Amino acid sequence: MTYKAKLGLLAAAAIILVAVFLFIDLGGNWDYALPRRIKKVLAIILTGGAIALSTTVFQTVTNNRILTPSVMGLDSLYILIQTTVIFVFGSFTLYKLGSNVNFLINVGAMILFAGILYKILFQREGNNIYFLLLIGMIFGTLFSSMSSFMEVLIDPNEFQYVSDKMFASFNNVKTELLILSVIVVALTLLYFARFAKYLNVLSLGRDQAINLGVNYDYVVKRLLIVVAVLISVATALVGPITFLGLLVVNVAYEFMKTYRHSHLITASILISIIALVGGQLVVERVFTFSTTLSVIINFIGGVYFIYLLLKESRA
Amino acid sequence: MIQVTNVSKVYGGKKVVDNVSVTIPKGQITSFIGPNGAGKSTLLSMISRLTGKDSGQITVDGKEVSQWKSGDLAKKVSILKQSNHISLRLTVRELVSFGRFPYSQGRLNAEDEKFVDEAISYMELEDMQHKYLHQLSGGQTQRAYIAMVIAQNTEYILLDEPLNNLDMKHSVQIMKILRKLVADLNKTIVIVIHDINFASFYSDYIVALKDGAIESEGKTENIIQSNVLRGIYDMDIEIEEINDNRVCVYYG
Amino acid sequence: MKIRYLFAAVVVLSIISLFIGVKDISPLELFSMTEQQQHIMLVSRIPRLVSLILAGVSMSICGLIMQQLSRNKFVSPTTAGTMDSARLGILVAMLVFTTSGPLIKMLVAFVFALAGTFIFMKILDRIKFKDAIFIPLVGLMFGNIISSVATFFAYKYDLIQNMSAWLQGDFSMIMKGQYEMLYLSIPLVILAYLFANKFTVAGMGEEFATNLGLHYRRVVNLGLVIVALVTASVVLTVGVIPFLGLIIPNIVSLYLGDHLKKSLSHTALLGAGFVLFCDILGRIIIYPYEIPISLTVGVLGSGIFIFLLMRRKAYDL
Repeated sequence: MTYKAKLGLLAAAAIILVAVFLFIDLGGNWDYALPRRIKKVLAIILTGGAIALSTTVFQTVTNNRILTPSVMGLDSLYILIQTTVIFVFGSFTLYKLGSNVNFLINVGAMILFAGILYKILFQREGNNIYFLLLIGMIFGTLFSSMSSFMEVLIDPNEFQYVSDKMFASFNNVKTELLILSVIVVALTLLYFARFAKYLNVLSLGRDQAINLGVNYDYVVKRLLIVVAVLISVATALVGPITFLGLLVVNVAYEFMKTYRHSHLITASILISIIALVGGQLVVERVFTFSTTLSVIINFIGGVYFIYLLLKESRA
Repeated sequence: MIQVTNVSKVYGGKKVVDNVSVTIPKGQITSFIGPNGAGKSTLLSMISRLTGKDSGQITVDGKEVSQWKSGDLAKKVSILKQSNHISLRLTVRELVSFGRFPYSQGRLNAEDEKFVDEAISYMELEDMQHKYLHQLSGGQTQRAYIAMVIAQNTEYILLDEPLNNLDMKHSVQIMKILRKLVADLNKTIVIVIHDINFASFYSDYIVALKDGAIESEGKTENIIQSNVLRGIYDMDIEIEEINDNRVCVYYG
Repeated sequence: MKIRYLFAAVVVLSIISLFIGVKDISPLELFSMTEQQQHIMLVSRIPRLVSLILAGVSMSICGLIMQQLSRNKFVSPTTAGTMDSARLGILVAMLVFTTSGPLIKMLVAFVFALAGTFIFMKILDRIKFKDAIFIPLVGLMFGNIISSVATFFAYKYDLIQNMSAWLQGDFSMIMKGQYEMLYLSIPLVILAYLFANKFTVAGMGEEFATNLGLHYRRVVNLGLVIVALVTASVVLTVGVIPFLGLIIPNIVSLYLGDHLKKSLSHTALLGAGFVLFCDILGRIIIYPYEIPISLTVGVLGSGIFIFLLMRRKAYDL
């Protein structure tokens, strides 16, 4: 099958699923239900796309199919911020802050944190990406201990808010956030466009990339910033979906069987939409909301991750 | 011309390259030889800006390596290092096409395709140009990488132990191609090589490193001498002349 | 650092630990304690001291064993999924065997911890990419996955706060009658001492070990069993104390090198001392309230770990 055919197939599947999602069981009240569903679908496309793109870029930059940007500790940071605000100020403040401010605080903090990590990485020669990730993970564990500590002390009623934040959910995405996210993501994509052409060469590895004239440190730093912004927006919008990127990008790679990022990124975005819309359909229709999408995806992604590790035939 | 002046590099408290100065002669094959850990690969890395230097100057055609825009330098100097084990799904042709990146940033025009064709035929890879890299043997993969470097069409070609993992037939083949590149296209080639016989047979100029410093340098016939080699390798090496070539016998 | 200094430090810290608490007991009153004070000593302070030392010693030694077995400085119960597996085990025990005593819970936790560690070791075997930092990265991700499974079930049964409270490393709840499980670690640590050299040899690889006449499988499994059992008992009794098994052996290796016989005793003592120190700190800072050990060790531990990583010379390891 040619690349075009494959992408066409994926696009068709995505469109069908979206259509089903929008129109299934619409019933009489469609003027109420449809706009809400459209919002959900938009949120899914935005987050799914952001995660797919950032994970692809991240894996290319790290030359590794097993890592995902959320292991940098951003997920734990997000939960920590939410827990801290509720712990210190109570959930009412969270409510009063308004979702926009909360969103910006989250995204801002995560980008700041990522920036600090990168600074550490590029400070010394000989530090590789894994070093950055390890430090990120340690911070992640640190943030988790701090969150756990506060979780225990929070009033159980208040805790509801925290536990809601801990799991990604598309069930209640706010419109204002959506608009804000679209803007941020659009700007980031514009910035990303400058560096997109280096992705193929970067996948050859650091030495080859430099040999072929890529200003490696400069480009990688900027690409990682793009990754950080995209992941932060996605996490702040719907909550932590740690393993979605891993799942989606690897499936795209297996399916498309190419090194070309133009194909890979398109495929992974489409697969991401398929997974999320399809998954959300399952959560709503089959499980009737008794679980959240992120839990299913994290679990499947997690198992897939272990499978990837165990079948490690190449580095 | 490549000029190295007082270059040093320290790793973990140890001077891996110690105040080295050398001029690489144009239009020739220069070999860096020396025992393990002598600093040959590091020096080569620094010349190609793959690794930073701690002190000193390296100029390519008069301009300091760190001052060159990476994209421009990529059209002048190409380097091929040892470990090329990427697990990408690339055909031979696709890999060689990457060599044109400094010129076309990924969008290949007719001229680029011509360079790619030429590089592939130079390395005799026509039959397998559409095969995937992971289907090839180690030797074939190495030839594909060298084809990529040829497509990059740089005046200076740096190769770090290009004969590792190659069997005898392919080792000779590659060295002969390097000589052709110098003869036909007037390239300047620097290779790090640990097999001194290949260095003896195929290089014009030899730079011998030991403990991070230059132990001796000069034309091949002046370096492949027992007393000089003893200074480099701390070994007694007999030299036999066969067909105008000097063969080192160090086995006994 | 000479071992006697370490020993002295531990003794001093222990004494301090005995005399800090909400109820005032001064060392001068040692021989004329009121009944209430005696009661507190026997029921709370002394058990607390004992469990601090046991937890500190055993978790540090566990870390050392794992590092010997995997030849990697960054493997530890925290970075190999052992802690998280134990946590999952306890959760399962809480859900499935709700009315059972601590022994059953520990057994379940042990089985899970063993399974998790075992899977991680298998993964370790398969990973061809030998960058030393990649391994703990994978371990942490692996631990994350297990943790999210646990969180999922906890969420389903509305137990998250409960679970966090239960399993967060905290010595304040230690009382006579509730901590005896920890005594299990004494014979295990002794076993570890006896088998220390064998662990090192096993760490060199199956072929190498077999060549020297070692029953490779048996030794590795014994090591894993010890680690899993100790972790399970500590997590059950005290809760999760992150990074302990990671940083203590690394600090010891920094100033003492890797000669096992010497590092064992240093590791044990430094582990005890560190935990004692963190615990005392946690009790003083917001006196009379306490900061749980998981937080103090978490903060100090990650700080030290990052420091260790940063100072590691470029291209080293």
